[in-house]
This record gives sequence, structure tokens and C-alpha cells, in this order.
Amino acid sequence: MKTQAETSSTFTRRSFMVGSVAGTLVLGFGGLSPAHSARAELSARRFAPNVWFEMDAQGVTTINVAEAEMGQHIGTAMARIVADELGVAWSDVRISHVDSDPRWGYRVTGGSWSVWSSFTLMSQAGAAGRLVLLEAGATLLQVASSDCRVHDSRVICGNESVTFGEIVQNGAIDRVFTAEELAGMPVKAASARSIIGKPGSALDIPDKTDGSAQYGIDVEIEAMVYARPLIPPTRYGSSVQGVDDSAAKLIRGYQGYQVLNDPSGTLQGWVTAIADSQWGAIKAADAIKVNWSAGPTADVTEAQIRVEGERLVNDGTAGTLFVNHGDARAAQMSANSTLDATYRTDPVLHFQLEPVNATVEFSAGRWNIHCGNQWQSLILPVIAQALEVEESDILIHQYYLGGGFGRRLFGDYILPAALTAKAWGKPVKAVFTREDDSRFDCIRSGSVAKFTASFDDANRLTGIEHAAAAGWPTLTMAPGFLGDGVDGKGKFDAFSIASADHWYSLANHRVRAINNELAQKTFLPGWLRSVGPGWVNFGVESFMDEVALATQQDPVDLRLSLLDGAGKNAGSAPNNVGGALRLAKVLRSVSKRSGWGSDLGPDEGMGVATGSGQQRDMPTWIATVAKVKVDRASGKVSVTDLYMDIDCGTVVHPDGALAQAEGGALWGLSMALFEGTGIDAGQVRDLNLDTYSPLRLDAIPTFHINFADSDEYPVGMGEPPVTTIAPAIANAVYAAVGVRMRDLPIRPDAVKAALQS
Amino acid sequence: MISFILNGQPVTTNAEPDTPLLWVIRDDLGLKGTKFGCGIGSCGACTVHIGGVPLRSCSAPVSQIAGAKITTIEGLHAEGQHPLQVAWVEAQVPQCGYCQSGQIMQAAELLRRNPEPSDEEIVDHMKGNLCRCMSYTRIVKAVRQAADAIQSASFDGGSV
Repeated sequence: MKTQAETSSTFTRRSFMVGSVAGTLVLGFGGLSPAHSARAELSARRFAPNVWFEMDAQGVTTINVAEAEMGQHIGTAMARIVADELGVAWSDVRISHVDSDPRWGYRVTGGSWSVWSSFTLMSQAGAAGRLVLLEAGATLLQVASSDCRVHDSRVICGNESVTFGEIVQNGAIDRVFTAEELAGMPVKAASARSIIGKPGSALDIPDKTDGSAQYGIDVEIEAMVYARPLIPPTRYGSSVQGVDDSAAKLIRGYQGYQVLNDPSGTLQGWVTAIADSQWGAIKAADAIKVNWSAGPTADVTEAQIRVEGERLVNDGTAGTLFVNHGDARAAQMSANSTLDATYRTDPVLHFQLEPVNATVEFSAGRWNIHCGNQWQSLILPVIAQALEVEESDILIHQYYLGGGFGRRLFGDYILPAALTAKAWGKPVKAVFTREDDSRFDCIRSGSVAKFTASFDDANRLTGIEHAAAAGWPTLTMAPGFLGDGVDGKGKFDAFSIASADHWYSLANHRVRAINNELAQKTFLPGWLRSVGPGWVNFGVESFMDEVALATQQDPVDLRLSLLDGAGKNAGSAPNNVGGALRLAKVLRSVSKRSGWGSDLGPDEGMGVATGSGQQRDMPTWIATVAKVKVDRASGKVSVTDLYMDIDCGTVVHPDGALAQAEGGALWGLSMALFEGTGIDAGQVRDLNLDTYSPLRLDAIPTFHINFADSDEYPVGMGEPPVTTIAPAIANAVYAAVGVRMRDLPIRPDAVKAALQS
Repeated sequence: MISFILNGQPVTTNAEPDTPLLWVIRDDLGLKGTKFGCGIGSCGACTVHIGGVPLRSCSAPVSQIAGAKITTIEGLHAEGQHPLQVAWVEAQVPQCGYCQSGQIMQAAELLRRNPEPSDEEIVDHMKGNLCRCMSYTRIVKAVRQAADAIQSASFDGGSV
């Protein structure tokens, strides 16, 4: 996926234009040379790829947001960055979520990248706008611009001032900044900021308290029909041999069925039931009998996938080297002793509360797709292939997402509506039922990870080898984004191994990333909130505690001794200044705040874990202490307290960041104790809340969250808080009752069995 | 033809009698604030009131509510300023927001019945409503804030 450098270079080749257009002030990027008029270009709407913001005659500024709003309040964060630099009063700020027109640029919302990848450019664009307004305001006040300042939508000189609205009304602004000028645009010092880092509310929240927020599922198009898919027995290779809809014909409003022909190959063996109401479509799909020829994975079970994963991690030659520092194999050969441990995680459902859906209509010469989506640029070519049209014939209209969590990174759920709409020549709304959604989910793959530590004759740690096997999301959905192994012998999916390249200094460290092909061909592995680090870090940080035990060290002390910030762990500007020392700092803080090492009650324990976010070039430094109580009779683990210290650099929207920390941590807790499914007969086993049980309100711990006071470059907050929770809980369970839980989720029965053995 | 009262207004629907109230409200009567989550009455996103009592509308056939008084999130307060809605904004509860109509409707009954709930009573009353973004800490906080606001303002807390 895109790196920050690529994002920036996309834009820095272009000029930034500020111009009066039809009573408004438009600020945006264009490809023109500085000699041209910004007003002429902007009036002709010749801006590309991105209009950032517009100010009307009342000074109300609308900031166009290309990122998907799925609960992370990203529009608010983006608007805060621009507004702070621009000098516009927060009460004058509005946000608008844009469609998939190419002029908005490459469209993906994931990876906790948004603030990190946009901060510099958004700041500079805001600063350029402020400069133009300052100069225009000074002209109106007939004073020197050097005597003026900008504050709360006004240009102020002594006791005189002019509002942004008045400046806009006066018109005549026409200014072009070259890419170089924009890149050199001075931005505010952290101490001069008035919005970033300050308290404030999210712009999307009021509509989410009165029922007026519009999600994809709320779209209605005139004359549309409702479709519900009938999902084939296997993800791949199923075909329709026959359809009997005689029972469906008795349902009022039933219109017929469609066997979907998908030239993109995404949907194999799909049928939709069509009716004039949602309920009619639901009942019709239940009533239709499809005779399928199933694909080759129809009998695959989770147990088989896990056995294959265990075989792979135990085969020392399997996979691709992701880390190869020093010589871990040599360290094992010369070791006085070694320690092995294997960790396993069950698959997890996204279970975003708004089931996937899309409404598709062909009108005004193009295919209009209505839905919430996280990665429009990934699915557009697939839809084009499926409909056998050009990408330019398709426009995806964005809505609020009733949860994303990575599920809506892949827009495969658009295809049933699109293909049915094409076949029927009518607008079609296709809403998956919850069970349909779960069966078609791109689940987080189950995983197996094996660790081997080596120790010298003084029982000092000399190296760690780590092998991890799982289904790889990126391999199927975006293979162009696979990374190259450091041994030059193949590819790896960073989204299934990141955080194995942690910030602990180890003399010898070897990591193998292994694709579990049986998983890969049975289901579609998905990107799920916190992706690789969500399960990889469970092994890394559980094993760190096992090493501490083997070397008779305190788990915090061991970690601090390895977080020396030396060599490759020193960090560099701008993203990870300070390196591992920043992780050590949050670890010390959480250790102190949690009362680490103090006496606890019977069967209570504290466990620690650290995390460094989603990838090494944008580390969010987190240290967590979980306090648990274990009920020996039932094996039930209760998390009573979560202490978290987080350093994410500059905190753009403090309350939004806190909300992500709380929600992310509870996702971590939910996946640690409550969520786990599997593959049964080639299909997802748990389809609804009767058997799948995410965390509820009655199991939430008390939070003690502290953000580091930092002016460093901002990184991401959507996912990193997930990653430390499961290992902290597992380590706390060990501290409480002395049993090492190496499988997620940690089920009461397993704890009970471990206690009895 | 089935008739009932929706947010104080008489309405009728031609929907099949077995149609869940949820789809009648959303698609026949056009009020989209009530959400579809699980379809089996286990997530609470579809919660409305029947005579002031929470009802999972995804699992209630419309035939069974003929003549009943139904309130949705749109009818909880004319300006969207029920003390719970005010507290929800104040505490910045929603993330994706999809479950929040149901959360608020569920909470409204508690405050009507029990104007001074303990945290334990709030948890017990709200634990059937799933929030996938896991905004749970703030849900408890907002219900408590709304209860306090009702106490100090003598708001009756009732729904229409």
C-alpha cells in the first residue's frame, strides 16, 4: 500500500491554487503552471486531483474529506489540521465526504494511515490559505500584512479587523503556489496551535444521536428492487447446476432469481433472489433451492488448517525471511539451552454492525454505486471487470460506514447488487442478512506461531527465531502490495507479519513469514482491525514473558533492557524519532502508574505488554498493564483494569484519540477472551450472535489511559491500541494462577483444564 | 392493512403480516434511524418503544403490533434534544454510530422507570445492546449524565 512518501509525491508535483470563484474562495491543487490564473482554472473546475476546501461569503469553510468515516471521526481530525493552520474558527468549519471521482486521488482508508499520511500536506495547504487571506485582509484594511495576524476567521491589525467572509465577498483573490513554495510553507509552531491538541467535539456525532446519519443501508433509489444473495457452499469453484424457485413464487412481491455471471471471477456460483421488499427478498432466498456443484474445499475444517499451520512453522525451510538479523540458527546451535513455545489464534469475524450492502443504479450514462467503502481504488477495477465497462463509467458514492474494521476495505459486497442491476435493468439494493454477511466475511485468518529462544551458559538470551503461518489477505486482494523477503526467496504479506520486526534489540533475530495455503484457498483472509500486529504481537509479547521467566527476570525489567534504542532501533526523523527509547518511556510510565510489582489479592495478577503500532515507519508506542482476576472453579478470566500509556506523537483530536484507545483496547479484550470462530465444511462456523459473542457492557474493565505529551509527528490511533491487550491479559493470567495460555481466545474451559493439569 | 401509531401519528401499512416491524418502519414508512444488525433480536440496533417499553423491531411481526403506540429514535424528542441525546453528544459517545439509536432507545426506558439508576443497574439494563466500536465506557457515562440532568431539571424522561 502507499507509503507516506508516495502520498506526498502524488501531490507535490502539483501547484496549490487559491482563487475567488463565484462568490466563494476555493483552495485546491491543480496541475497548472504558476503563470496561469488560479481563478480561471478554478472557475473552470480544472483542479486535480483534489479540491481541499472552499470558503463561502459568510466565511463558512467546507473541507472535503476523501477518507471513509467509520467511527474514527477522521473528517474531524482532517478538518482540525486544516482549520488550525488556516485560522478559521472551529464553529465555521463543515466537512463533506466525497465520491470516487478520480480527481479526489487514490482512495483508501485503513492501516491507521490517514492522519500520518496527510498531516504535512494538509498543514501546508492550510498555511498557504492563511497567507493569502492575511494579505487580502491587509489590503482591505489598508495596512501592511506584516502588521496583521489571523485569528478565529478574522484578519486583525491592532483594533481593526476584517472577517474571512468579508474578504471572500470582496473577491479578486488569485494566487498560485508552486509545489516547491507549498513544500516550504512555514507552518505554526506547536505552541501556537489553537485547535490541534486541544479539547473539542467531533462533527459527525450529533447526527448519530437522532437517527439522521445516513449509512449505505439507508439509501433508496426510485423504482429499485431488493435482492438477497444465496451464497454458494465454497468461496471458490462452486457452480450453479439448477435452481428451484417454486416455493418462492408463493411469496408476495417475489420477482424472480438471477444466476450471477461475474467476469471478474470474484463471485463464483452466486444467485440472487429479487423481490419488491427487503422482507420478500429475505424470505424468497430462504425458499429458493439451489443445486450447487461445490468447489474443492467443501470439506475443509479448522482443525485441518491448524494442523497445516503447525506443520509449516515446524518446517524450518518454509516461508520467507521477514527479519534476519545476526544468526539465530547459529545461536541455537551454540546454545546452552533453548526454549520453544507455540501460540495459536482462532479466526475472528469483523461483525461490523451494519451488514454489508450496496445499492446500484445505472443512470445518466454511468453506474452509480451507493455504499460505505474503505478502498474505492481497489474495487473500482474489479467492478469495471464484472460489469464489463470502463472504470470511468462507475462512480462510488460514499456514506457513513456502520463499522469498517477492515471489512469494507474489500468492496466485493458491491458485486451482487451491481450484477443483478445489470441483468435486470433496474436499480437494485442488496442487503446481506447477518448470516449472509458472516458467511461471506473475509475473516481474520487463524494463525500458528512458533518461537525458539536460545540461551548461553550464563542463561542469557542470545537469540529468537519466530515463524508465523496464516492466510494472507494481501496475497488474494492486493498482491501488488506484497513485500520482498530479505532472503530474496519470495514474498510476504506485511499485514500478516508486521510487529514481528519489533523494537527490542536482539543480537540474533530471525522471522519467517509463511502462507498457509489451505487457509488461502478455503476462505478469503481479511484485513481486520490491527491486522498482523493484532495476533502476531500476542505471540511476541507472551513469549517475552516466557523468556523473562526462563531467565528469572522481571518482565518489565527484561523489556527495558532490550529497549536500548541502539542500531536499527534508534529511530529517525520524522516518523519514529527517538525509536525504542520512546517505547521504554511509556513502559516505565505504565509500570509506575499501575503499581507494577505491588501485592494483589488471591488469583489476581498483572501482565504487561508493549506494542509499536502497525508498521515500523509509523510506530504508535504503547505499553499496557492488564489486571485480571481468575475464577479457579470456572476458569473465567475477568479483566478489572487496563492501564495504557500511549505516545502517538502530536495528538490531533485528543478526545477522538481517547475514543480509539478505549474502543481498540476493548476490541483487543474481546478477541482475547470472547471471539473465535472457525471453518467447518469449508464455511465460517459462527454466523450470528446466538453462537458468536463479542464483548458486552458487563465485562468492561476500568480504564487508566495516559497519552504522552509530545510534539513529534502524528501517527495512527485506529488500530494500535488493539495489539497489546491479548498478551497483557495472557501474561496477567500466568501471574495470577500460574498457567500459560497460548491460544486465543482464552476460553474458561481451557483455563480450567490448564489449572487441573 | 395494518394500522398503528408511529411517533404519535396514525399510520397504515400494506406489508405482509409476518414482516418484521423493522422493515415496515424503515422501508414502508421511511424512518431510517432504526437499524438492522443481527435480525434475531440479539444486538439491539433495531430497538424501538412499544408503549414506552423497548422492543426489538427486527423480531416483531407487524401483525402483532396492530393498534400499538410505537416510538422510534426520530420520535423520542421533537428536536433531538432528549436528555439522553444531549448527554450522548456531551460524552461524545458514538463512533460509527450505527447502534446508537438502539442504545438511546434502550436507555430511555431505564430513565423513565428509574430516574436514579446505579452504575450496576445501567450495566444490567444496557448489556443486551451490542456496540461493535465498543463505546461502552461512554454509554455508561452518558446514561448517568442524562439521569443527573433529568434530576436537576425535573424532566419527565418519558417518550411520546
